[in-house]
Amino acid sequence: MATQTTHHVAMTLADHLPILQVLIPFITAPLIVFIGRRELAWPLAFIASATSFLIACLLLSKVIGGGVISYQIGGWAPPLGIEYRVDAANAFVLFLVTGIATLVLPYARYSVGAEMPQRTQTLFYSLFLLCMTGLLGVTITADAFNVFVFLEISSLSTYVLIAQGSYRDKRALTASFNYLIMGTIGATFFVIGLGFLYMATGTLNMADLADRLAGQYDSRTVRAGFAFILVGMGLKVAIFPLHFWLPNAYTYAPSAVTTFLAATATKVAVYVLLRFIFSVFQPAFLAETSTLEIIFYPFALLAMFAASATAIFQRDLKRMLAYSSIAQIGYMLLGIALLSETGLMATILHLFNHGITKAALFMGVGAYALRSKSTFYIDLQGLGKTMPWTSAAVVIGGVSLIGVPGTAGFLSKWLLVQAALEQGYWPISMLIVASSLLAVIYVWRLVETLYLSAPNSEQPIREAPLSMLLPLWIVALACIYFGFETDITLGAAKAAAQALLAGSSGMMH
Amino acid sequence: MRHHLILRVITKLLVGTIFLFALYVQFHGDYSPGGGFQAGVIMAVGFILYGIVFSLDKAQKVFPPWLVHKLVAFGVLLYGGTGIYSILMGYAYLDYTAIDPNHPSHGQHLGILIVELGVGITVTGVMVAVYYAFAARTPVLSDEDW
Amino acid sequence: MNIFTTEFILGHINYWLFIILMMTGLYIVITKGNLVKKIVGLNIFQTSVFMFYISMGKVSGGTAPIFPLDGIYDPSIAYSNPLPHVLILTAIVVGIATTSLGLALIIRIREEYHSIEEEQITILEDTIFRTEHLPTVGKDEAF
Repeated sequence: MATQTTHHVAMTLADHLPILQVLIPFITAPLIVFIGRRELAWPLAFIASATSFLIACLLLSKVIGGGVISYQIGGWAPPLGIEYRVDAANAFVLFLVTGIATLVLPYARYSVGAEMPQRTQTLFYSLFLLCMTGLLGVTITADAFNVFVFLEISSLSTYVLIAQGSYRDKRALTASFNYLIMGTIGATFFVIGLGFLYMATGTLNMADLADRLAGQYDSRTVRAGFAFILVGMGLKVAIFPLHFWLPNAYTYAPSAVTTFLAATATKVAVYVLLRFIFSVFQPAFLAETSTLEIIFYPFALLAMFAASATAIFQRDLKRMLAYSSIAQIGYMLLGIALLSETGLMATILHLFNHGITKAALFMGVGAYALRSKSTFYIDLQGLGKTMPWTSAAVVIGGVSLIGVPGTAGFLSKWLLVQAALEQGYWPISMLIVASSLLAVIYVWRLVETLYLSAPNSEQPIREAPLSMLLPLWIVALACIYFGFETDITLGAAKAAAQALLAGSSGMMH
Repeated sequence: MRHHLILRVITKLLVGTIFLFALYVQFHGDYSPGGGFQAGVIMAVGFILYGIVFSLDKAQKVFPPWLVHKLVAFGVLLYGGTGIYSILMGYAYLDYTAIDPNHPSHGQHLGILIVELGVGITVTGVMVAVYYAFAARTPVLSDEDW
Repeated sequence: MNIFTTEFILGHINYWLFIILMMTGLYIVITKGNLVKKIVGLNIFQTSVFMFYISMGKVSGGTAPIFPLDGIYDPSIAYSNPLPHVLILTAIVVGIATTSLGLALIIRIREEYHSIEEEQITILEDTIFRTEHLPTVGKDEAF
């Protein structure tokens, strides 16, 4: 350090973008508590998330061409110091997380106001920002243990956010508790895995790990580490047999929280999985341990069918969407399992497209919950007429969920089918189409309830307030926009897939 | 716990010592084992002991809940503020050289002290807040109950 | 092909203990119906990982990794690896946060359900789940 100071070049604000990305929500969260004024909580939270969205856009524009931005915390060089590393893959995820957060916050103002007592709202926005900080940190960091720390920041705030649903339904408490147990087991498994990797390599920097792991794929320590990381992250991703926390957590959480979590939390976990599978370990390792045949293919396909089939039989729209999320995670896993650039592109694209699709759907559900006081199909009958704007946006989301051409959802599924065909796995591409048919059934059931049933209740139901409709329509239109305008998402997904597949060679210092 | 004279006297003796020890651990953290986490917990133990023996109300009079929440936030802000200061000075986040560019080792020293102070304040606050949150839920045991 | 020699077993004693603790913790989390016991199990499980990390940082013959005050240290002295300790300090803090959050949730659950036994809570929830928002008989006739 001493030698460095004599010719220290002052860093400009542009150099600090990676840290500011995480720092701004992180500092605003305690600031809200410190100021402690209810009327300032929301504006501060919104300014913070809007600023980090701007930063995410800047970062994405810088790395979409294939560059890498590295930031050293405290001026300590990696692999000793903690490094933040932005490439196309995580910049794209940052873009999704901050974008959704910026849209959910205006939506939350009314929705949270209706679903929660006033005294908890200041802390709610603080926690929301902390959750966002955690998700952004997990995405941006290049230090494996740092992933765990940020993961726990986001998880702990998520548990509290879910439990806030208890003002509407007490089952939010048990849902949150179960998620806490499973999430902690998952995170601890992840740490055990990191411990094994650290034992084998003596480093925690991801690029360094990749270099040092390259020669030791036979080592039982490394394999055990991989298994622990896979299961640990699998719990967070809600890979099919590890998904039991998800339906209740999504169903009973406040609408704004469900929207944010469904659109970002599992997606970030998928990103971590991608990062570990493709950057820290190499695809060759996957092939060698036959992880794909044993875990990814069967569980991805099971998720696609079992979760979709369960979704069909739900009576609660929110729970139906939660099961559909599990099914959609199956598609993302399938993209990983195909182990090709197209497959990876499909996964990353689906991660984004499903994020905005589910955001639109859950925002709509929140609007129904506000006006009709329930999200059960039986109470939603005929709402297509009384809440036309909300319902139209929900139908757009539903259509994108099925993957009808002209919507965002189509693009990623099409890419997935292509990736399967590329490998010559035509039965898998048939299965993708078949499971989409299941989605048609449950979305049709929704449309039927909304538009073709007679209204159930006598009292008139009003349209949702503008502050909720606007974010809802922005994401709904985004579902259509990204179905036609493919340059941004497809380009980013391609760059991201290449960045991930470049593996350690792309991450060399 | 009005009747437990020995407990009350010993607590009064101990609380001061505990706080002093907490401060020692806090500010000696860069020479010897210790630091913000440990000091914060020890500091909180002082308040919690006081609360257990002299009732929650009295503890909350000394250390009101609103102050606890402010301190929790303030500690994190102090930590983050140090980082922001080094950013403003043109260094990397939390690069303590920024505090004293001519003597990086002095900067390191001061930097870690401030950051650990932030950690200590937050941990104290969090621990006491956890105690308040749990203790306030159930009625305090009256002396007649045992 | 017998790898289970005395040397193997004793040489990996820390891992055996780690596994025993870890399995004890997981077993409690999975089998016990009492929510507080689940949290206790979770704590044992997490502690086992702390032990695992700390034993990993041990260098045989190594002393505590604290440099002398004057900054002059003898290179012949072996120091234990402090990094796992630092990591675990963070993990312990995370563990405390998890525990207190879990306990806080249990208190709220007890206030709402008047029970902290998973079985009873499940029965209560199932009853709600089965009956909520079903079409009532009256409405069915009207259709």
